[in-house]
Amino acid sequence: MEYFAKDYQVIVIGAGHAGIEAGLAAARLGCETCVFTINLDWVGNMACNPSIGGTSKGHLVREIDALGGEMGKAADANTLQSRILNLGKGPAVHSLRAQIDRRLYSDYMKHALEIQDNLDLRQGEIIDIQKLDNGKWQLKTHLEAVYTADCVILATGTFLSGKVYVGDVSYESGPDGMFPAKKLGEALKRIGIPTRRFKTGTPSRVNKKTVDCDALEIQNGDERIVPFSFDNNRNIQNKLPCYITYTNLDTKDVILKNLHRSPLYSGKIDGKGPRYCPSIEDKIVRFAEKERHQIFIEPCGEHTEEMYLQGLSSSLPEDVQLKFIRTIPGLEHAELMRTAYAIEYDCVDPLALKASLEFLDYDGLFGAGQFNGSSGYEEAAAQGLVAGINAARKVQGQKPLILERSGSYIGTLIDDLVTKGCSDPYRMMTSRSEYRLLLRQDNADRRLTPIGHEIGLIDDERYEKFLKKLDLIAAEKERTQKTVFAPSETLNNILVSRETSKATTGVRLCDLLKRPQIGYDCLTPIDVDRPDLPYEIFEQVEIDTKYEGYIKRQQAQVDEMHRLEVQTLFDDIDYNSILGLRLEAREKLSKIRPHSIGQASRISGVSPSDISVLLIYLEKERRNDK
Amino acid sequence: MSDLSAIAAISTPLGTGGVGIIRISGKSATEIADRIFVSVNGKKLNASKGYRAYFGKIYDGDSPVDEVVCLVFRAPHSYTGEDTVEINCHGGVFLMKKILRLVLENGAQAAAPGEFTKRAFLNGKLDLSEAESVMTLISAQGEQGANAAFNQLEGTLSRKIDKINSSLLSLAAHIAAWVDYPDDEIEELGENELYNTINNANLELSALLNNFDSGMAITNGVEAAIVGKPNVGKSTLMNLLTGYDRSIVTEIEGTTRDVVEETVNLNGCILRISDTAGMRETGDIVEKLGVERSRKKLERASIVFAVFDLSKPLSDEDRELINECKGKNVIPIINKTDLKPCLDVDYIKNTLNTPLFISAKNGDGYDELCDRVANLMGTKNFDTSSAMLVNERQRACCQKAVNALNDALEALNIGLTPDAIGVCVDDAIAALLELTGQKASEAVVDEVFRQFCVGK
Repeated sequence: MEYFAKDYQVIVIGAGHAGIEAGLAAARLGCETCVFTINLDWVGNMACNPSIGGTSKGHLVREIDALGGEMGKAADANTLQSRILNLGKGPAVHSLRAQIDRRLYSDYMKHALEIQDNLDLRQGEIIDIQKLDNGKWQLKTHLEAVYTADCVILATGTFLSGKVYVGDVSYESGPDGMFPAKKLGEALKRIGIPTRRFKTGTPSRVNKKTVDCDALEIQNGDERIVPFSFDNNRNIQNKLPCYITYTNLDTKDVILKNLHRSPLYSGKIDGKGPRYCPSIEDKIVRFAEKERHQIFIEPCGEHTEEMYLQGLSSSLPEDVQLKFIRTIPGLEHAELMRTAYAIEYDCVDPLALKASLEFLDYDGLFGAGQFNGSSGYEEAAAQGLVAGINAARKVQGQKPLILERSGSYIGTLIDDLVTKGCSDPYRMMTSRSEYRLLLRQDNADRRLTPIGHEIGLIDDERYEKFLKKLDLIAAEKERTQKTVFAPSETLNNILVSRETSKATTGVRLCDLLKRPQIGYDCLTPIDVDRPDLPYEIFEQVEIDTKYEGYIKRQQAQVDEMHRLEVQTLFDDIDYNSILGLRLEAREKLSKIRPHSIGQASRISGVSPSDISVLLIYLEKERRNDK
Repeated sequence: MSDLSAIAAISTPLGTGGVGIIRISGKSATEIADRIFVSVNGKKLNASKGYRAYFGKIYDGDSPVDEVVCLVFRAPHSYTGEDTVEINCHGGVFLMKKILRLVLENGAQAAAPGEFTKRAFLNGKLDLSEAESVMTLISAQGEQGANAAFNQLEGTLSRKIDKINSSLLSLAAHIAAWVDYPDDEIEELGENELYNTINNANLELSALLNNFDSGMAITNGVEAAIVGKPNVGKSTLMNLLTGYDRSIVTEIEGTTRDVVEETVNLNGCILRISDTAGMRETGDIVEKLGVERSRKKLERASIVFAVFDLSKPLSDEDRELINECKGKNVIPIINKTDLKPCLDVDYIKNTLNTPLFISAKNGDGYDELCDRVANLMGTKNFDTSSAMLVNERQRACCQKAVNALNDALEALNIGLTPDAIGVCVDDAIAALLELTGQKASEAVVDEVFRQFCVGK
């Protein structure tokens, strides 16, 4: 029988990467919060690759950490192997990635939720949702317990009406054999939430003892490990390597012969799959001229022999999977532990959301993560954090936190979603940011920790530490401007060995650092007065100095854009009544309801002259109010 | 709103009126003007309190372009309510456009239709009742602009820009794929390929910029002046070029006392030629005024025909003329090849340019003269059906793209990392999309997935 269980300020549905950050942020900001999960044993489950970070995703994790989120710390605590990708391609695209012990990661996150003040963690499937007349949201579990909350955050991942496909077999299911959230999917439709079907997939896992590791290329972690968290005190070690192998013409042959048995090619799945995460059969069909595809074999944990086969995502039947896997060197005798599958799920068109991640048309209802049409743990966590913060701020009567594109990848991700929408699961990429020389993973704290402190997720102690770091950077920068080296033989030997021109007169340290070939590393013999500072201080000074011209160029663009970002457009503007707006602009603006002129200017179909009209409209309104 | 960046436009009708006004409005308007304007008394416009007029010259680098009067208005006491400089120059399409271009090259943005009025409103200079009409105006002009953009989209210019842009997009996508998918065996872009693609795009866009001038010469014409000391045959040359007796020709020095103007079409290049009074010291008041005007014409002309008499030795007046012509777009013309040579031709060749020998009287050398003009103005092999930038807005976008590509080449040359090169290429793409009226958005990302096999 239905019974009333409890009233909360914030309820989060789902305890995946989005739900965790959402729940922690809301509770840490002082809201009575509850996080519901279908299966308490898989909080923060890594249902796909056992790694966190990577290009632009590593940036997201560092930003989450700089704002006071949990993901970076959890990753640091459970790292199996850590690498910085893209060294040599420039600091803007250096990306941290770590292989993670997924079981321990899940335990860490479950525990983090359990010990958090103001937070209850509950196993239970939410089967109904509705808005009450008093403005609160009412939720019901499958055990007929009724909960109410001021704000609800939907972080349902791939559970919402999930359906798994392996070859011609398909069944209703969540990821990793968990229950799907079918009734919630129906309930959301009932209250009019516009959902649609997306699709994603994951490769098989094999047992390490059946892999011929000796025959494979080994990929080890970096010697100097950079943690995700700016607040890390742990000594992180590389524990396990990854392995590399390649598909070949035999693999291709097996796949092509069995293509008709793929549900994607036979038209059984209509969900839109991600372009950046193609299945192996997709890659082989679309890039027919490629003879081989690289496969990474990644460990899933220290206490398991399960290995993840990155690059072999597939929805072919199990027998075909086994057959093509065994064509690959090192995997000739591989035994499958889990079979690759495709999963189809309900998600929302993110154009229905505001930049705060609250629904435009459903007061107090928020969306985060895959539910919003994104893909990836890091993208999910980033949105979870923002949704959690904004749910709490709404409860507390504060203005929502909207991060600008120019200040973070998180802001870029959310702005892209709510302004442009997405036609396939959205993955972050460095090339999506027009300001990427400014949005580096190394300076995420300089960009975001002041904001984290202001909203209350970064405590005073950590903030003091951060301010001290800024002082050290400023002092070292000043030193590089004051330090002058005579054109000695030692100096010129260094310069020549780095293939750059000799000094003929005294030269300032900062001018030497401007040269692309020169860094702190090679100047040690002559820079005798160098203070003993942490590595990251020198790193910041060197990057700031070397890229000064390009950073300034981007900063000028940011400043220009910022003028438009701070001009607020209110939700209730009737665009159809604004004289001078073109028809297409009226329609788009009415649908997306941008929060600022800046966001409006990025909507396709809104022209510069429409923006002029909006500016004039705003000014007119402002004067009318006076 | 008073911190909006500076915009500029010609604010008098384009035509050959007496005076033309180029208006600059917005933050640092005076600083921008100071970069190209030198007042006679050495005062800087940036130091001006406003409501003042300054007489002086506009310079393109070291060479003077025109004598002008600059009016300075300080915010909020101007039409737009922002700091404003109005450059009052001599009328004439070519001259006004040239000054506008200098202004744009020195930091101002080309004003969009109705933008001065829009700013005037935003800064509280127009009242509410006017607002409605401004909005209608802007939307109407925007519509018109969109139509124009659409027409160009169908045309050769957009095809050309699209071609350049797609080579840059493909490059940017390659960089992006290489950077965003380090595990996917994306081939590293060779420095040569990188350099070649950027450089080719840069050359093509630069050619468009250069063609802009030639295109202008074809559609609007250029100012040309025939100068020289008295009686070297300037008026005979004028009559030769116009094809009829436009100027009175006599043997008496000083026959042409005022400037005689005519528009001629030399093999497709339109010249607005001025036949000027012979330059010499004279006591005659009327002739003196004529000589003054000749000097002004010489200063302002885009192309100068400096005429010398082959049958007479080089005089002080000739030497003075040579001095005045230095640094100008000049064709030395040695006239009277039908007479016995006496002139020090080498001196002219060494100080000015390779001279052209003609006999204006019997028409010898006319074809060569046409050729020289066409070469000088770039109209010789100009294909009018080829892609052409048609207005200053397009020119400014194109220039922006060229600047960004130059930055990219610079980064490449000094060995900076690909991330810095990538953002410059992105900027160039954005400028080109702006030129054709599109939005940047997803272009690069779409290209990555189209071209490369990436992903786990």
